[in-house]
Amino acid sequence: MVELTFIVLSVMAVSAAILALEAKEIVYGAISLMIMLMAMAGFFILLDAPFVAMFQIIVYVGAVAVLILFTVMLVRRDKWLKPPVRGLTGVGIITGLILALAFGLLLVNSNLGSVMVSSESVSFMQIGVELISEYWVALEVLALLLAASLIGALTLAKIDEGDK
Amino acid sequence: MESVLQYLIVSVALFAIGVYGLIAKRNALRLLFSIEIIANSAILNLVVFSRYLAVASVTGRVFAIFSIALLAAEAAVGLSLILTAYRIRKDIDVLEMREMRG
Repeated sequence: MVELTFIVLSVMAVSAAILALEAKEIVYGAISLMIMLMAMAGFFILLDAPFVAMFQIIVYVGAVAVLILFTVMLVRRDKWLKPPVRGLTGVGIITGLILALAFGLLLVNSNLGSVMVSSESVSFMQIGVELISEYWVALEVLALLLAASLIGALTLAKIDEGDK
Repeated sequence: MESVLQYLIVSVALFAIGVYGLIAKRNALRLLFSIEIIANSAILNLVVFSRYLAVASVTGRVFAIFSIALLAAEAAVGLSLILTAYRIRKDIDVLEMREMRG
């Protein structure tokens, strides 16, 4: 059962990732990016990390994907259907294949294949306690960063009255 | 049978797809998609190793949560940069953004 779910999820993630980059209409690309992010949330549930999965769905599929969709609709143009640069496509495919082969061989030749699932699972409470005890500084800095990026994004995207 | 390897191979595949997109695409939005794909493969690695290697440790999961929040901030700023570039140039082709070339 877990095997089947894993196979379905990985096919979904990889094909949605390819489609996100290759879809002709960029709105479809944004939607298939959403599907890929949902597949990642599925992986997190399989890996016994439901908290991270929920976080992924709320933050990514809920917020970031909607932001991307709105941006796509705002900056949409017909002349986007430019032909890709042929040389760059070739270089990209070759680099991707080399990277995949190198890391794949590295992983297959390591002994990670024999590492099995550890039996104990982690509770939500432990994550919360860890967040506010061990990593509280990082949490505060993250809150500051989110506020700063919000202000930065607002400043960047604001339309000045003098511009028009 | 469930091993670390299968998850890591999915992660490598996603990483390679992301790198291909970063090199080959000329639309700024597609570049942002590629960055999201690469970052998600990294987060998958964090969660996988937190699940398999650490003994009842939540460090990897906490890091994954932090990275997801960081990526949300990055996406917000990146998208508003794209919007600004579109407003100034009426185009978001990264191959034609060469005003700052020396």
